[in-house]
Amino acid sequence: MTSCHNYESLPAARRVAIFGGTHGNEMSGVTLVNQWIKNETEIQRPGFQIKPFITNPRAVEKCTRYIDTDLNRAFTTENLSAEKSEDLPYEVSRAQEINRLFGPKGSQEAYDVIFDLHNTTSNMGGTLILESSKDDCNLQMVHYVQNALIPMSCSVLLTEHPTLKYAASRSVAKRPVGVEVGPQPHGTIRGDVLDTMKKIIKHALDFIQLFNEGKEFSPCTVDVYRITESVDYPRDKDGNISAMIHTDLQDRDWQALNPGDPMFLTFDGRTIPYEGDSTVYPTFINEAAYYEKQQAFVITRKETLTVKGIRVSQT
Amino acid sequence: MRLYNTVELRGYTAITDTVHLSEREAERHSEHNYSKLRVRERYSSQMDRSMACSPPLSRVVVSGGTHGNELAGVCLVKEWLRGDSAPCLERSSFTAQPLLANPRATEQGVQNTTLAPPSPSDPYELVRARELDSLLGPKGSDEAVDFICDLHNTTANMGASLILYSLSDYFCLHMLHHLQTHMQLAPVYCVVFEEPPSAAYSLDTIGKRGLALEVGPLPHGLVRADVLSQMSEGVKLILDFIDLFNRGTLFPPCQVEVYRKLEGLDFPRELQSGELNGTVHPERQDRDFRVLNPGDPLFLRFDGETVRFKGERPVYPFFINEAAYYEKKLALWTAERVSVSVPALRVRGGLGGAGGGD
Repeated sequence: MTSCHNYESLPAARRVAIFGGTHGNEMSGVTLVNQWIKNETEIQRPGFQIKPFITNPRAVEKCTRYIDTDLNRAFTTENLSAEKSEDLPYEVSRAQEINRLFGPKGSQEAYDVIFDLHNTTSNMGGTLILESSKDDCNLQMVHYVQNALIPMSCSVLLTEHPTLKYAASRSVAKRPVGVEVGPQPHGTIRGDVLDTMKKIIKHALDFIQLFNEGKEFSPCTVDVYRITESVDYPRDKDGNISAMIHTDLQDRDWQALNPGDPMFLTFDGRTIPYEGDSTVYPTFINEAAYYEKQQAFVITRKETLTVKGIRVSQT
Repeated sequence: MRLYNTVELRGYTAITDTVHLSEREAERHSEHNYSKLRVRERYSSQMDRSMACSPPLSRVVVSGGTHGNELAGVCLVKEWLRGDSAPCLERSSFTAQPLLANPRATEQGVQNTTLAPPSPSDPYELVRARELDSLLGPKGSDEAVDFICDLHNTTANMGASLILYSLSDYFCLHMLHHLQTHMQLAPVYCVVFEEPPSAAYSLDTIGKRGLALEVGPLPHGLVRADVLSQMSEGVKLILDFIDLFNRGTLFPPCQVEVYRKLEGLDFPRELQSGELNGTVHPERQDRDFRVLNPGDPLFLRFDGETVRFKGERPVYPFFINEAAYYEKKLALWTAERVSVSVPALRVRGGLGGAGGGD
């Protein structure tokens, strides 16, 4: 039996975008979006518009993460409101253009949902990244996708954090969703990783179609990993990295890291243990692109979110 | 009927691959074959008593960062240059010198630099190549260093692969045998790109002898502790071998299996635009050095169609899905597996009578 006040009435999603190439060397998204641009019928669904879009074409052309600055950190208020000029870094100009096409960020005119496709060198499997613990529609969607993918697992990373949440490309939408699949070396296309990403998008679009068409989604719970901290590599007095991810931690994304467990291994063979006061769940372990961001991995804590039932509002 | 392919090894013949001929072809070849076999028999008995000799090696270089984003070699060399862990380069008969081959690319974390060159006709890598040639060479001269081991990583699942340029490089083939006998942390393979020394263009060809040590899989731009250990062990065994050689060890005749490069295969592409429209088939991905038979799945197009291998005979692919080869239009290389008989090896005019006697 369902209780009426556990169901939220929400508007249909009428405009959806799928971003690829936000990082030009993360090839699954580049590949899929290029395919869908060439062959739109493959991605279209009745009742709502789906726009595949390459966000950083110059970086894609050079098969590099970015040209001047990371596009996936460029959607700050400051950047979006900066005066247009030829001196702006390429990605800042690009962010302004994307904000014009799919935003403006924070406004009623913004796209309803944006899926931003990424790859990582970390062993994260299929991961969905959400920015808000209060977005019942997004949470119902990830719940649906997780069930549809079984036995393959799909983790949910929650980046709701005062300083660690970043100004991503997808943030111009009302409901941003990051899709991260790894491990895959940057600049390569692995068939298995491409297939996982394709499945995630298929199920996510299925959800939107079903929701728009009036299906009710019952109250549920979703296990998420809430980001709490970023951990840098140990460095020497000159700032050079002096240790690597320990073999016992390498590839163990989403698995428990207990106080005292090996965390880093110095180049001369010494183990540096994790010295926190409780068990945590690391992820983004050894992501190549994060060396320059001073991030060896991020720490998350497991949380179970209670999600309201939802149905589309009949307006 | 079988015909043995023979390869000259500095004046000795060695049995390599076996090729099956039809009877008609066999007749045509039989006279030639008979005389060849006679020659082989004469040499093979000599081979058992034969010895390849060469002088001891004293100037040995281990280089990393030829490609600035292949980080295991970069990390090892940086540690050695700082003086930490440098004792592992010391042996009783020599001390190897570490070298950061491409400092600018290493600093930028890229394969090759993208900074504006000093002049339009001189990319940084060309300038650096000339510097390295004067530092370690000149290539082809008596002044060149004795041995260069150039460290690389690959996104392909190649374990620890030695890359040589000649099937007659019996010194390196004995080195391969030593690694295959002693290496614990990774499987050891050997790939031979047959190039005459003047045409070979990599850093390790500047010295009198050399090879590349390629360890993977490792994504470019990061370091993994397990890969670093594998590379470290590979370097240790290479230097151990040189030291054993210098000290007069007799390396008896041995048989090694190598993979002789045949051709490169590109990804499936759109006919008109040349755009990629497929990738390595999941059943082939990560299967470097495993036999690829005609008809086996090779690529998977993005529309779901399987592209099968159309070759006429089984081959052995390697460098499967190496990131740096996309721009060179290479999905993988194919190779034939070749068994090489290597004559005994001993130092000439070495440091003393250590090692086994005749």
